[in-house]
Amino acid sequence: MTDWIDAVKARLGRGAPAEEGAIRAASLRSDRFRQEREGDWKRLDAIVLRLEQGRIGRLSDEDLLELPVLYRGLVSSLSIARETSLDMATVQWLEALAQRAWFQLHGARQGFGGWLKGFFTGGWSRAVRSMGLDLWIAFGVLVAGTVLGWLLVAHDPQWYGALMGGAGDVRVPGASREVLRGTLFGAQDQNGLGAFAAYLFGHNAQISILCFALGFAFGVPTLMLLVQNAGMLGAMLWLFHGQGLTLDVVGWLSIHGTTELFAITLAGAAGLHIGRAVAFPGRRGAMAAAAEAGCRAAVVMVGVVLMLVVAGLLEGFARQLIQDTMRRLTVGGGMLGFWLLYFFAYGRQRLVKKRHG
Amino acid sequence: MVDLRRDDPRRRTLITPEGLMVPFTLASRGSRVGALLIDLLCMLISLILAAVAISYTAGGLRDIDRHLHGASAQDHAMQALFALWIIVGFLIRNAWFMAFELGPRGATPGKRLLRIRIAARDGARLTPERVIARNLLRDIEIFLPLTMLASSMGEGDSTGWLATGWFLLFALFPLFNRDRLRAGDLIAGTWVVERPRKPLARAMTEQSAETPQAAYRFRDADLAAYGEYELQRLEEVLRLRKPDQMALVVTAICEKIGWHVPHGPEVGPFLDAYYAQLREKLEGGMRMGRRKADKHG
Repeated sequence: MTDWIDAVKARLGRGAPAEEGAIRAASLRSDRFRQEREGDWKRLDAIVLRLEQGRIGRLSDEDLLELPVLYRGLVSSLSIARETSLDMATVQWLEALAQRAWFQLHGARQGFGGWLKGFFTGGWSRAVRSMGLDLWIAFGVLVAGTVLGWLLVAHDPQWYGALMGGAGDVRVPGASREVLRGTLFGAQDQNGLGAFAAYLFGHNAQISILCFALGFAFGVPTLMLLVQNAGMLGAMLWLFHGQGLTLDVVGWLSIHGTTELFAITLAGAAGLHIGRAVAFPGRRGAMAAAAEAGCRAAVVMVGVVLMLVVAGLLEGFARQLIQDTMRRLTVGGGMLGFWLLYFFAYGRQRLVKKRHG
Repeated sequence: MVDLRRDDPRRRTLITPEGLMVPFTLASRGSRVGALLIDLLCMLISLILAAVAISYTAGGLRDIDRHLHGASAQDHAMQALFALWIIVGFLIRNAWFMAFELGPRGATPGKRLLRIRIAARDGARLTPERVIARNLLRDIEIFLPLTMLASSMGEGDSTGWLATGWFLLFALFPLFNRDRLRAGDLIAGTWVVERPRKPLARAMTEQSAETPQAAYRFRDADLAAYGEYELQRLEEVLRLRKPDQMALVVTAICEKIGWHVPHGPEVGPFLDAYYAQLREKLEGGMRMGRRKADKHG
């Protein structure tokens, strides 16, 4: 046993003559076949193991260059072994090695860094654009929910408590103009902003992930979640409108709201995109359609989380530090313009070029 | 080779671009639950470690409310720690599975321990968006119903039933489809497969030079009693080399072919010789295109 291992080791060593590999002739042809190729198999095994461990730096150039050759050798060995050998353990081992090598070669990922680069330079924008219809639906639902919230509260202020749910908030129907104005300007102390921003981000990101994940149930819960959040927005707008603070509250909301609401709309659209693919898969079959939509939606969701980081920072810092409505509106509008440009203008050229090329 | 596992409902085959059939075995549901539990435990431990580290740095987190609104340097440090805590919590909850499954092994620590990994269902590359999609759904599968359940237990209202039903709906999802996909797998186009890893066993007919050639020669009629299925069962027995098993097998073979049953030290060489000669005969037939699946073939 031990000298057999030594022989394999000798075979693995560079420049060792091939004859050394033939240890002792086995009596069967299929076992001799195996003995002749075993060294290469083991070498591939060792390379694949190092790839699996992520120690690609410790592979020599020689090993990397030979990897495809060894893999092709293994593939042909396996085909031959299946047809000529009844040694079950060997065939199973070869199958397992082929599977592992295949993961490393065809799983040849560009790496997370590479993926992230592609994501920022157009991948994200393309994914957003590819769900155009869902985006319009989600946006429509958001607007409709806001109007609905406003109308409900205008019709019967009792609804305000039902929609907002927050007990102990000074922002209730019947509150004076000064009180409401106080919540928009200056009242918040300007300390603890970092913690506040982090809290906001965590909360909103979890909501948006929920929004996306619920799309799985044909998108219906996603729509409900969107309507609920938009309803709150509508009710709040109505409250401040009643005291003539419309523009101020819009400024207060918009500085982070353009980013945050855009992100929530995107999350809703991503959820709907999946829901729609599950409900109406078309000719591809439900499984394939769901998988395709899911991957596209996942790209959008990574972006949503990043947008919510930005929104959390804007809400936590910028809103508290900028106390002037016009400047708040400028920042909010600027962010909205940036996102629109990035999503709908950026990354187009590349696609066109590819199509013509 | 006769596919002995052809009846295994967990077996799937994938055809690679080279035209090679690569067999996969889907992970059993038990190992997936086990992997999940290990991962949840690891997440809990890292969360606790992070909490201990942060509160140690903060000096025991007293009066955090006061510090969160203060303006002194100490308060600012406290706020930064609070922000760090929220971000660490978010990352552990959402990025744990993704970060590990994006690695070259395609497996979280729990999956690694139980020797399973994720793979793309259609044989395509396992892209980051697939990993992300499959793990974003974990939120509604596990974390949301569990937090609902915990809060309803705390408050004693009736949402507990809703949360339980919700949890079961997703937990039982893999029972109701052929490929054992959970909701996240369905969305992402992935599945969970076993990651076989055992060393290459020795070649069966490799003889050391000192061993004398076995004296047993079997006639064609003796070898015709069995087929490939029996040969591979015999291979398993010979690789394990347990005396009681070998005694049973040798008796069965000798009864079938009408030889005297060898005893004691004779058993091993007899079985080795029978194995080698049966395999030689069957493999010879294979080269000619004649296969004999089992003793009835």
